[in-house]
Amino acid sequence: MFPFSFEWIWDMGHVVFMGGLWYALTILGIGMTYCIIKSAIDASRGNDEHHH
Amino acid sequence: MDSALIPRGVKRCPFPQFILFIAIVGAVLLWGVYAMLLCWFKGLNQTNMNDFYGFALWIWADLAVIAVGGGAFFTGLLRYIFGKDDLKNIINYAVLIGFICYSSALLILAIDIGQPLRGWFIFWHANVHSMLTEVAFCLSCYFGVLTIEYIPLILENRQIDRVPFFHHLGHNMHETMAVFAATGAFLSFFHQGSLGGVAGVLYGRPFAYREGLLIWPWTFFLFTWSAAACGPCFTILITKITETVTRKKLVKDSAIELLAKISGWMILTYIIAKTLDTYHWATVTAPSMGQTLMDFYSNNPFYGIWILILEIVICGFIPAFILITKKGRKNSVALWIAVILAVTGVCINRWVMVLQIMAIPVLTFENWVMYFPSWQEIATTILPVAYGIILIAISYRYLPVFPNEPELNPMETLPAQETEKEAAVEPSVDLEEELKPAEA
Repeated sequence: MFPFSFEWIWDMGHVVFMGGLWYALTILGIGMTYCIIKSAIDASRGNDEHHH
Repeated sequence: MDSALIPRGVKRCPFPQFILFIAIVGAVLLWGVYAMLLCWFKGLNQTNMNDFYGFALWIWADLAVIAVGGGAFFTGLLRYIFGKDDLKNIINYAVLIGFICYSSALLILAIDIGQPLRGWFIFWHANVHSMLTEVAFCLSCYFGVLTIEYIPLILENRQIDRVPFFHHLGHNMHETMAVFAATGAFLSFFHQGSLGGVAGVLYGRPFAYREGLLIWPWTFFLFTWSAAACGPCFTILITKITETVTRKKLVKDSAIELLAKISGWMILTYIIAKTLDTYHWATVTAPSMGQTLMDFYSNNPFYGIWILILEIVICGFIPAFILITKKGRKNSVALWIAVILAVTGVCINRWVMVLQIMAIPVLTFENWVMYFPSWQEIATTILPVAYGIILIAISYRYLPVFPNEPELNPMETLPAQETEKEAAVEPSVDLEEELKPAEA
């Protein structure tokens, strides 16, 4: 649910619940985007120094 | 046949034997899928749920797998946030077990809601006054975290790792794993807690109701605590079972003992808190609502005081005392007993908090209501077990789940033979670079 949905109410419950969900999804999204972009750059540069 | 996919330095059973094993477990899985399809196409009348048991076997299974799957978040927290490096030898398996547990939980929920196509309603038409909404949010997000934690392991497969992008992706995900692990711990804290909170706020059911802190009943904290305490025991138990089945030592004793020690202290502190909570509930909370302790444990064919003693004493204090002592942790039999008791204890706790609550009469004209699940419910509850076994088998065969395995189980093949075998299986990168497509 987003603030532009007709069910949305600007109260503490909606802000905390939905804010928490977006917060977690944003961290996961940004983290994975960073990893994918950095990997694409590393691969295109032929950087092969990683050993794990 | 599939030797090119098997990690270096480890030995696996012949491919036909592996396929036979998967086929046998797969038959059980198909039985569960059949029951699941019955529930979806014919409806929840396939179950023995009724007006008394709106929550039944599935919700117990859900809460139990989420509790024992707590080993993933707690081990991740210890490894990535508190820097317990010894746990790096078992973290892959903890993540895999957590992934199986949480995907199973979501699968069971998908069956339980009857119409899985409407599963997204809980996100879009969220009831922000419900603890179950919080559970749904955190459960789904944490499953995303576990998927992110599992992906690098998949990318370490010998053939996938040869693709530069995937190789770098695996490495970069390892580098940022602390962020994901911290997010996972945050999410786990809240959904484990809210599962307990759901029971604790039921003021109409004195067996479940608890006082608490602000909006959170004590069951909120006890559920999180018990998952963090007993989840690692489940990880150890599955590791031990895997070692027994494969007849190999897969994880160093130091990692198992550290996890067992931390788990032991967590169980001890949890069970003390649980005992205090039970005492306060039995002497203050329940009497204030007009009931006594024995009202909840008498006049019925199944639920006696034994279940409380079993949960707190036998499956609580005993495993705790075994695991906090060095002698107990080092003794293989005692360790087996301790982890089995701890896992049983947390499963009993979830059973009591889901099913005994439903059984107890709350109105003067009601009687105890017993429940036995239908075969469809049993089959769909066994389904995740079969799925878990298959995923573990495939992951164990093709992925480097146990980093210490080659070291702990040196292969008998001579180094020269090994090199020849490797060369025959996969061409070197240099050779590939030399052979351009047209020339090849």
